[in-house]
Amino acid sequence: MRTAVITFPASNCDRDAAVALRKVTGVKPVMVWHRDTELPKDIEFVIIPGGFSYGDYLRCGAMASRSPIVADLVKKAKKGLAIAGFCNGFQVLTEAGLLPGALMRNKGLKFVCRPEKLEIINNTSRYTAKYNDQSEVIYPVAHHDGNYYANKETLNKIEGQGQVIFRYKDNPNGSVNDIAGICNEGGNVFGMMPHPERAIDPMHGGTDGIKLFKSIIESI
Amino acid sequence: MKAIIHIGLKPGVLDPQGRAISRSLNDLGFDEVVNARQGKVIEIDIKGKDTELAHKRVTNMCEKLLANTVIESYLVEIKK
Repeated sequence: MRTAVITFPASNCDRDAAVALRKVTGVKPVMVWHRDTELPKDIEFVIIPGGFSYGDYLRCGAMASRSPIVADLVKKAKKGLAIAGFCNGFQVLTEAGLLPGALMRNKGLKFVCRPEKLEIINNTSRYTAKYNDQSEVIYPVAHHDGNYYANKETLNKIEGQGQVIFRYKDNPNGSVNDIAGICNEGGNVFGMMPHPERAIDPMHGGTDGIKLFKSIIESI
Repeated sequence: MKAIIHIGLKPGVLDPQGRAISRSLNDLGFDEVVNARQGKVIEIDIKGKDTELAHKRVTNMCEKLLANTVIESYLVEIKK
């Protein structure tokens, strides 16, 4: 199975994402530069990694979401391509309109960096199906702008349709309804502020993230 | 021409930075401050003389990039 990781100027979790994909698929992912206009052929899963793309200028993820490669991702997402965004990747996905809502400055105004306990709200999604024996995970968070916001109408919709996948147990950023991770209506696009790709090695404090990658890879 | 674009969070969207500013002003003795909202101003130099067209184009720029209309509203001002 061929997978890809998108790299923007100032992405800094692209290599973490690549290590996670290699660990789960056994194959090195293709690293795709943001100026590329098209994904290589046969790519079946794409990660938009964390970092500070374009220095977070204007708004986090705003510039990256208008880059040539994201235009191609938007097209392919509509055809069902599996795409996950973590941290800055989540911000890019909301800015690109592939996921509802927006990510704002943390309510406490501070950068938060710590292991975070999350509740799995929907373990029948393509990204969480392997967590059937587990209701909580610990992934690290590291962000300044992870305060998820959506208007009432959007919230009712995503809550009602099972699109809320993870909630914080101890909300670190003021996100509405404690939302930590969501998917689109089709279930193929997923975004979260925490970093499952940094929870794949016992040396780094835990391996709770592996099942997320296994879930999506096996669903393809 | 110059376009001056004011971008701010929509009413009803919590603005933690604005709240911190208003509290700090209170701490400095400005008791009359009851609320503050923080936004940004973007200035763009524009070719041409048609202000109506410029307004239309800059509004399009706001929708496409400059503002995130999920959380932000904007005001466009064109100056000759």
